[in-house]
Amino acid sequence: MPDPHPLQHRLPARPGVGYKPQHLAGILSDPGPVAWLEIHAENYMGAGGRPHAQLRALSERFALSVHGVGLSIGGEGPLDAEHLARLKHLVGWLNPASFSEHLAWSTHDGAFLNDLLPLPYTDATVDRVAGHVDQVQTALGRQMLLENPSSYLAFTESTWSEPDFLAEIARRTGCGLLLDVNNVFISATNLGFTPQSYLDAFPLDLVGEIHLGGHEGDTDDLGAPLLIDSHGRAVADPVWALLDRVLAITGPLPCLVEWDNDIPEWPVLRAEAERAAAALGRLADRAAA
Amino acid sequence: MTQAAFRAALTDAALPVPPGLTDGAGQPAGRRYAVYRNNVAVALSDALEQAFPVIRKLVGEAFFRAMAGVFVRAHPPHSPLMMFYGADFPGFLASFPPVTHLAYLPDVARLELALRHSYHAADATPIKPEALLALTPEALEATRLALAPSVQVLSSAFPILSIWRANTQGTPPPQAMTPESVLIARPALDPAPSALTDAEAGAIGALMSGVPLGQALDGVDAARVLGLLVSNNAITGFLQ
Repeated sequence: MPDPHPLQHRLPARPGVGYKPQHLAGILSDPGPVAWLEIHAENYMGAGGRPHAQLRALSERFALSVHGVGLSIGGEGPLDAEHLARLKHLVGWLNPASFSEHLAWSTHDGAFLNDLLPLPYTDATVDRVAGHVDQVQTALGRQMLLENPSSYLAFTESTWSEPDFLAEIARRTGCGLLLDVNNVFISATNLGFTPQSYLDAFPLDLVGEIHLGGHEGDTDDLGAPLLIDSHGRAVADPVWALLDRVLAITGPLPCLVEWDNDIPEWPVLRAEAERAAAALGRLADRAAA
Repeated sequence: MTQAAFRAALTDAALPVPPGLTDGAGQPAGRRYAVYRNNVAVALSDALEQAFPVIRKLVGEAFFRAMAGVFVRAHPPHSPLMMFYGADFPGFLASFPPVTHLAYLPDVARLELALRHSYHAADATPIKPEALLALTPEALEATRLALAPSVQVLSSAFPILSIWRANTQGTPPPQAMTPESVLIARPALDPAPSALTDAEAGAIGALMSGVPLGQALDGVDAARVLGLLVSNNAITGFLQ
């Protein structure tokens, strides 16, 4: 099947960071290896003012990735047409290098729950999510990337593995995938599989971007490890190791470091971007050797 | 399982964890489901706390978090635009028994909401002050002003601006519960509140609804009101 949404826009295969307004001065004066920024779409859906002024300044210097956190693509109800129109407006204005959203739901019966909620992987969910992804790509007139979630629990009704589910959505819609290796590590730990088995099954050729973030440790009722996707600390070493494994197969990709809670001073986040740059650099060295 | 079932128990801890959820190895999900409960409660409460920093300061952090827990269950957002979350919060504050004796809280919350809306309002190019001076007195009287989308006016039976300033800028708290009115405008990128008399608030309100300048400013110090609007970059044109 021909790809109805060719990749007209691409992020550079270099490090990016999730943009936080408190880092504006640091990013502009001392970006280090940061080549692109991710913004959360919903934070820029006001009509103007300082948030828009910052985006105008940043878009002159950096490639942008618009990352939605409120579209509720996995929702049982129809997509919020008003919200989709706002997204179309924002993407039309910024013409970002990428647009991505989550395999999750966050709105039910008109109430927005401000969290990424999990889905059972069934035939009915495949149909619904594929329909919604199709609708988004048609509305925006571009390909989107769909991100794998972090999971704390499983649904007994699931009949698809998550990698197969995402591959099927991509096959049906022509969307690309955003691989969050921190989410892979969290879900693997929480649900008792190995990250490698997940990566072995994942359609890595469809990955257009990598996410990296920090997590917290907890335990469940039985004392089993339960990792929480907090984005509130540095990326853990085993997650960096997963990045190396993925890049060794895919080649260089845009690599984003997210830090959304307990946000540190700019140099701390820049150092995380340097670590991503080092991983990409090792890859280039190997290719040259 | 339906999302209705998953959602219902998210904000009602009295409901059992929905069936059909496991740890991936066949054991019931238990507190794994509670992670989502906690995420939703914290994410919504955090958003409310960011939106109403002065209310939080007035009632204290611990009380605010407890009150936010009650509010977010009863009034979840109806849009993913969390920047505008909390439109129902002033009304809630007016009827939530533990704070009804703090009768100024709802209007202070309205002021915080208005500042937030002003912050995100559309950009508009202000007129140059000379444009007003260029009008003949007759034309000035008859003109109707276009004001920037970031302009708002509030009137309260309580000293809301004095309370807001005392809690954001460390000015002395008000000594008496006197009424105050406020102009909110955005001289550059950040909204700034200015004190108005009740009559001035009425006059600017009339200007905002398109009443000709002469009629709207009748009975107030017209030079002061126009000066305030011009210096705040609040006038964007003339409506004909």
